[in-house]
Amino acid sequence: MTEAVAMPGGVVASDAERRDLPAWRLLLARPTFVVGALILLFWIACALFGTAIAPHDPLAQQLLGTNRPPSGAHWFGTDQLGRDVLSRVIVGAQSILIVAPLATVVGTVLGTALGLALGYFGGAVDLVVSRIVEAVLALPAILIIFMFVVALGVSTITQILVIGFIFTPLIARTVRSAVQVERQLDYLPAARLVGDRSFRIMFVEILPNVLPTVVVEFTVRLGYAIFTVATLAFLGFGPQLSTPDWGTDISANYALLGAGYWWETLFPALAIASLIIAINLVADAIDRVVAG
Amino acid sequence: MAIYLLRRLGLAVITLFLLSVIIFFAGQVLPGNPARAILGPLSAESAVRALDHQLGVDRPLLTQYTSWITGLFHGNLGESYQYQSPVAPLLRAALVNSAKLGAFALVVIIPLGILGGVIAALYAGRPGDRIITLTGSSAAALPEFVTGIVVIVIFSVGLKLLPFPPQIQAGASFFGQLRALILPAIPLVFVLFGYIARMARAGTIEALESDYVRTATLKGLTRVAVIYRHVLRNSLLPTIAVIATQTGYLIGGLVVVERLFNYQGIGNLIFHAATAKDFPMLEAAVLTIGVVYMVATVGADVLTTVLNPRLRSEAAQ
Repeated sequence: MTEAVAMPGGVVASDAERRDLPAWRLLLARPTFVVGALILLFWIACALFGTAIAPHDPLAQQLLGTNRPPSGAHWFGTDQLGRDVLSRVIVGAQSILIVAPLATVVGTVLGTALGLALGYFGGAVDLVVSRIVEAVLALPAILIIFMFVVALGVSTITQILVIGFIFTPLIARTVRSAVQVERQLDYLPAARLVGDRSFRIMFVEILPNVLPTVVVEFTVRLGYAIFTVATLAFLGFGPQLSTPDWGTDISANYALLGAGYWWETLFPALAIASLIIAINLVADAIDRVVAG
Repeated sequence: MAIYLLRRLGLAVITLFLLSVIIFFAGQVLPGNPARAILGPLSAESAVRALDHQLGVDRPLLTQYTSWITGLFHGNLGESYQYQSPVAPLLRAALVNSAKLGAFALVVIIPLGILGGVIAALYAGRPGDRIITLTGSSAAALPEFVTGIVVIVIFSVGLKLLPFPPQIQAGASFFGQLRALILPAIPLVFVLFGYIARMARAGTIEALESDYVRTATLKGLTRVAVIYRHVLRNSLLPTIAVIATQTGYLIGGLVVVERLFNYQGIGNLIFHAATAKDFPMLEAAVLTIGVVYMVATVGADVLTTVLNPRLRSEAAQ
């Protein structure tokens, strides 16, 4: 608001009006947000009620009807075990929409706490931790996550924790720079004068002010988490084979592309693509609204 | 300048050291012992223990780490558990294959990304710019295997232009080899296009708004001449330097792309080593990627500094 004061009267008024609108009204005014949110809601509905929506049982094998191309009975065709691809795509939303958001929550909570501490205390701790963060970031993240998942074994919990831990320094770095901006402001010395403890200052005074940054970071990272979880599943480190999962289904069927059975991999691939693009549209809209 | 270079190199060495520790200990958390993996579940306990001793994996961790690192400095990358043969030749062959694929992708993507970025800059804010920018950022956000599958379905299954999986016949001509690289290179191109186009766009817009471009326009040069002689020269060199920092994404993408196309590069090597719990192979391959990445980043930093006089004087201070 402070920078708006210097502007001519009319601009201040309209600017102030815009800012008085609640954030969700500003978001809904953006077509990209609406499109992204609708696609996202569609997949969330599939994850929650998938088995009820799906036209067939996603696990039911039909050994006399394997590798059938899309038809009236099976809109997306059947896979090499004769399972309905459409049903597997619908129910497959579930596994990825459990792992990716939880991993992002772990990374965001830890990253925000670490970023607050690094930005608030600064000094030697900041220097050392930043160096370690750089070392971790020296490799493509997917490679490090892959190594740890291989090492620790494939389980949902392992995936959530490994992805969450690798995201932690990335999120911490963003939060840290936001906190460093806050540190310049007068309310911190004021809080210290009142006798607040560091812990209270960090989480009660600073956190609400860097929260928009954290929200933007969360949505952006969620897109990467989907990317990572899908890629791990494609590499063979997803849920067990019978569980419907987009990445795992692609991994099991892509060798058949050479034989022309494209529907078994293309539809799950498009599902992954639509989910990631939807999240990116939402993230972009939130970022623009937060930035004003 | 020399001091800046030394400091940059020093930091790179520290980072590589930390990386080697992380990689080594990540390998150690792997459950199951290597001798058991080699000999199979039915072999005698005494044989397993003897082989463990022969492989040296029953020694304390610190001793194992130092002997591994000392070996590396002597060019000894260890022996693969999986193939029972030295890691180095296998790794070298895979690295050469990956370098071919990566280089081919870069040769395609650099001109394409720059062209996209310059066009976007010239039409900044108009639909053409929006389309290029949005396509770039969406393509970069998608996993390589997703774009790879779409590409295979279109060009291989649909149009039948290129075979899947692409096969390089022994003794294939240069162009025969290139043909096999086209499909795997496309997903890599997608990953980098958005970034390079964005960089080229920003550089071009900055140059377009500069005083020297205004002067050139005012003195009556045609728009084409202004863009070619004044804008591009100033905007492209820094862009090219920045591209080198993106090799990390390229390598991350290689693992997945090589898997999808069953291409025998370092990504496929890492995948097989990891699933077979072949630590010496895995550690050597991942560390190699770290080194390649580090060399590329330091090289990019130095190039950027050399090309940009403002940064050069800052670095000297």
